[in-house]
Amino acid sequence: MNEDDVDRIDRNRRHFLAVATAVTGAVGIGAATIPFLSSLKPSARAQALGAPVEVPLGSIQPGEMVRVLWRGRLVFVLRRDEGMLSRFPDNSELRDPDSLVAEQQPDYAANETRSVRPEYLVVEGSCTHLGCAPLEDFEVRPSEGWGGGFFCPCHGSKFDLAGRVYKGVPAPTNLRVPPHRFVRDDLILIGQDTGAA
Amino acid sequence: MARIEAEVGKPQGGFMKWIDDRFPFTETMKAHATEYYASKNFNWWYIFGVLATVVLVIQLVTGIFLTMNYKPAAADAFASVEYIMRDVEWGWLIRYMHSTGASFFFIVVYLHMFRAMLYGSYKKPRELIWIIGMMIFFVLMAEGFAGYLLPWGQMSYWGAQVIISLFGAIPGIGEALVEFIRGDYSISDITLNRFFALHVIVLPLALIALVFVHIVALHHVGSNNPDGIEIKEHKGPDGVPLDGVPFHPHHTSKDLVGIIVFLMIFSGVVFFAPEMGGYFLEHANFEPANMTATPEHIAPVWYYTPYYAILRAVPSKLWGFILFAIAVVLPLFLPWLDRCRVRSIRYRGWMYKSALSIFVVTFITLGWLGTQPAEGIYVMGARIFSFLYFMFFLLMPYYTSIDKTKPVPDRVT
Repeated sequence: MNEDDVDRIDRNRRHFLAVATAVTGAVGIGAATIPFLSSLKPSARAQALGAPVEVPLGSIQPGEMVRVLWRGRLVFVLRRDEGMLSRFPDNSELRDPDSLVAEQQPDYAANETRSVRPEYLVVEGSCTHLGCAPLEDFEVRPSEGWGGGFFCPCHGSKFDLAGRVYKGVPAPTNLRVPPHRFVRDDLILIGQDTGAA
Repeated sequence: MARIEAEVGKPQGGFMKWIDDRFPFTETMKAHATEYYASKNFNWWYIFGVLATVVLVIQLVTGIFLTMNYKPAAADAFASVEYIMRDVEWGWLIRYMHSTGASFFFIVVYLHMFRAMLYGSYKKPRELIWIIGMMIFFVLMAEGFAGYLLPWGQMSYWGAQVIISLFGAIPGIGEALVEFIRGDYSISDITLNRFFALHVIVLPLALIALVFVHIVALHHVGSNNPDGIEIKEHKGPDGVPLDGVPFHPHHTSKDLVGIIVFLMIFSGVVFFAPEMGGYFLEHANFEPANMTATPEHIAPVWYYTPYYAILRAVPSKLWGFILFAIAVVLPLFLPWLDRCRVRSIRYRGWMYKSALSIFVVTFITLGWLGTQPAEGIYVMGARIFSFLYFMFFLLMPYYTSIDKTKPVPDRVT
């Protein structure tokens, strides 16, 4: 290339071509990442295994709790007796007594007992702090002001018998109520709250 | 014409010349070993870089052999580890070397980092070496975490549950991110499978690449030394630093002694205390993962406990996560937080000496607190020592700029 040729270089055109190539390449690479990243999302099988589970209630005595797995997550089904339903702590001790954090329960459980029917509490057994399984501690200890509830062994979060979180503990929100509905009086379906059973 | 004919077909300089014409072998050996000059006054603090490389090799080799018998599936993982321990010939040795190697990796790396803090090895012009080193540390933490899920024991499962849930604290995207990391609605077979991929391919590859870059950067600027002075400023007529000695054979032969001592200690642990009283292998992990019951007392392996104590010190999910993340990342900024012009602790004032001493006590105490239950006095202690941890870094620009220093010698002592 001699000096005359250098003068004939169209720099704008070169710049345009360089930018166009870079942008096209970046868009292409960006598009190519989509299938790879999407492959990391829950697969069709994982979603299928996340189907609703049925829990028969007949054998649960008042004051008893059963544990079931739904989508690999632990779910507590607690049949609260009269005493339990009368021993909720004062609202001032709780962080969200009125279930205002909408993601933590379906609308039909955003009530005083956080349940469809007051007798049955259905909550995920996963501490809203870092996901440990809380332990049940239904023993009443008036000296400690404890009317029974759940205690997380990992970092000391406490919840009442409606899965509502106490103040001054690391867990930010109430235990989550999964979608569920009563199929019959003695059968609950966890993971689905609409349509036919 | 005759002269040219004589050269045709006759090797000049032999096999090495043939190689060197095609690959810079001799040149590379000279630049990085036989003519790489490192200070002659290295002390034993300078062994830990080499030892980290030794542990990396141990982990790579034992890891490869473990993958030949391990099954990365929730239904098989726990049993396959037991199978390695009982039925595979020498399997117990390979597995104990790998699990002990993980702990030794962190011991060696923590001491290697402490050496840098003693002698100011992160200071100009070695900031990038320090930053690359911190990136190695981050990858190492991720590698250890991913590896810990693989035996699919109780502590594997619930430890992963706690740490992955941490990301749920990020406002807005938290929950979606957690689901993306797990690839499922809970920690499952799918999570185990992808953690296996991370542990055996993605992270080791990153680790090897970063170690390579770490050494390239080091050999470009030259090693620091216990006096913290530049040996390149005093060169002989041959252009060789007067206080430098060739890395090979001088330092390599010294290193060999250190490696042998290290392997003696390492073997001692592998053969006589592979569980190290529940610190290297936690007892709860000898039970298969159970989704319905968290172990009574949950604690990560010892090398994460200083940060875990900071996480637990705050009674708020979001702030616990933020302080935890800051605590891990903060040392990255040491080259700029430290305003002192003197590198080595030998010539620095009482303020930095005291601050570093308090920091060592703080870090070890936090580590111990992280293994204790999160209640009463332990939480209070974690708060006090977390405060000291942050103050060491945040007040550093102040105390290092007013600290009185001693005169630094011209040549190494």
